[in-house]
Amino acid sequence: MLRLPPFTYLQPRTLGEAVRLLAEQPPGEAMAVAGGTDLYPNMKRRQFEPKYLVGLRRLPELRFLHGDARQGLTIGAGMTLTEVSTHPQVRQGYPALATAAGLVSTPQLRNMGTIGGNLCLDTRCNYYNQTYWWRQAIGFCLKKDGDTCWVAPGSRRCWAVASSDTAPVLLALQAQVTLLGPQGERTLPLAALYRDDGIAYLNKGHAEILTRITVPPAEGLRMAYVKLRRRGAFDFPVLGVAVALRLADDGTCTEARLALGAVASAPLLATEAAALLQGNRLTPEVIEAAAAAAFRPARPLDNTDLTLAYRKKMVRVHVARTLYQLAGLAAPAAL
Amino acid sequence: MKTVVRLRVNGDEVEVWVPVHKTLLEVLREDLQLTGTKHGCELGECGTCTVLLDGQPVLSCLVLPIEVQGQEIVTIEGVAAGSELHALQAAFAELGAAQCGYCTPGMILTALALLRTNPAPTRQEVKEALAGNLCRCTGYLKILDAVARAAASLKDGSSYGG
Ligand SMILES: Cc1cc2nc3c(=O)[nH]c(=O)nc-3n(C[C@H](O)[C@H](O)[C@H](O)COP(=O)(O)OP(=O)(O)OC[C@H]3O[C@@H](n4cnc5c(N)ncnc54)[C@H](O)[C@@H]3O)c2cc1C
Ligand code: SF4
Ligand code: FES
Ligand code: FES
Repeated sequence: MLRLPPFTYLQPRTLGEAVRLLAEQPPGEAMAVAGGTDLYPNMKRRQFEPKYLVGLRRLPELRFLHGDARQGLTIGAGMTLTEVSTHPQVRQGYPALATAAGLVSTPQLRNMGTIGGNLCLDTRCNYYNQTYWWRQAIGFCLKKDGDTCWVAPGSRRCWAVASSDTAPVLLALQAQVTLLGPQGERTLPLAALYRDDGIAYLNKGHAEILTRITVPPAEGLRMAYVKLRRRGAFDFPVLGVAVALRLADDGTCTEARLALGAVASAPLLATEAAALLQGNRLTPEVIEAAAAAAFRPARPLDNTDLTLAYRKKMVRVHVARTLYQLAGLAAPAAL
Repeated sequence: MKTVVRLRVNGDEVEVWVPVHKTLLEVLREDLQLTGTKHGCELGECGTCTVLLDGQPVLSCLVLPIEVQGQEIVTIEGVAAGSELHALQAAFAELGAAQCGYCTPGMILTALALLRTNPAPTRQEVKEALAGNLCRCTGYLKILDAVARAAASLKDGSSYGG
């Protein structure tokens, strides 16, 4: 049996108590756990060995979802991915979010995993998501227990990959996140939560708890999420493409945001590509130009499933396909 | 840290004195001798350890018993009514949907949760519901057939429905 390392489990009754319990310990000694579907496998592989776990699972303050496409949506961080993906207001008003949440891993994991945990998901790498013995055999790596990055041996940073399915969609929808910490509450754009660093991938104190996600109104937005992976279930994204667009009556694009998952250590907004769409009609030329621009900032390294060249190529292909679909155009057969 | 954990398993209240870091899978198998729940990857990657938690399929290898006190846990041992097999168990046996049988408890529990909320699922719905259960013998077609047969026989009222 692959067992968890020992720890003390703390069950706070309120959010305030949870923050206090986390703040009482030095960073790394206490960690929050929600669904545990990311943290427990990581702990079994000894990527984390906290002395204390602070359970968020039973906190009613994190379990709500209200609003709709007209008013905007507020989602408690403790809502499970099943709850988010099947919620009528999410399906109707934010279909790309329902799609992304519904494409995470498997039905069982979606019944357990939360949307808050999905946004705080640890970055991933073929040299890191391995058992302790496997990692020991290669002399560990920079992200945990070692001093070399096996993906880019000359590198002083870690290039592990941001692998959340919901993060790109929520970025494209301009979501904000609210954190509660020892100094009180703060709200920031989701983009500001992330850092392009495989180790310190979140701009968040260790005692700060993500409490809710606020998504602006989305009436009239066209949106989609496309996920590339080897199998139709289980697998993390090897590429995620999220697009949100607004088209005027004459077809001119008045608003555009594209976000990419699994191409860097943070989910990325493809701003250059979005700028090429804005103010233009979505003709095949405009779509191809935007897809080529989205492809440029995407610098995947050889540390996930599928080959590097294929993954790079697929950024262009999937961005183009998604844009054709949202524009209501048939994609060229060669794409 | 050892602790007393009170669980509701297959309708029985049980109390165990276990290290808090033991997973539900480990406690079911090693402390409660309910070895029908199988262990595969132990990392959330296979679905063979599936149990029902308040009617929903979850992976017992990633659940801490202390987190599910007071919730209803159903394992494969709780599916038959005494010696009378559930329609799903009967259909799996009749159609040869269990080869080595290792994935079968997880398959049956996941299918049971589906049939309770959707008594007449389409083949696509069954596939999606079972997408988190791997079968190393790859007998997927028989498994899908068995779930369809169980759904039909439950509808006729000819078999025990749990
Ligand atoms: C086999 C397998 C396949 C998977 N496939 C996918 C996939 O395809 N796509 C995908 O996106 N994910 C995937 N996952 C990862 C995971 O299941 C999901 O990302 C899930 O949403 C994580 O949520 P959780 O509640 O279980 O997080 P946890 O494991 O509880 O926590 C994850 C991290 O976030 C922190 N955290 C959790 N909640 C909060 C909070 N409210 N405030 C602050 N910090 C918090 C924890 O401290 C921990 O560091 C997969 C996992 C497995 C095991
Ligand atoms: S990118 Fe390099 S340092 Fe980071 S996890 Fe992979 S091998 Fe380790
Ligand atoms: S043993 Fe739990 S998912 Fe494989
Ligand atoms: S019957 Fe052997 S693993 Fe499914």
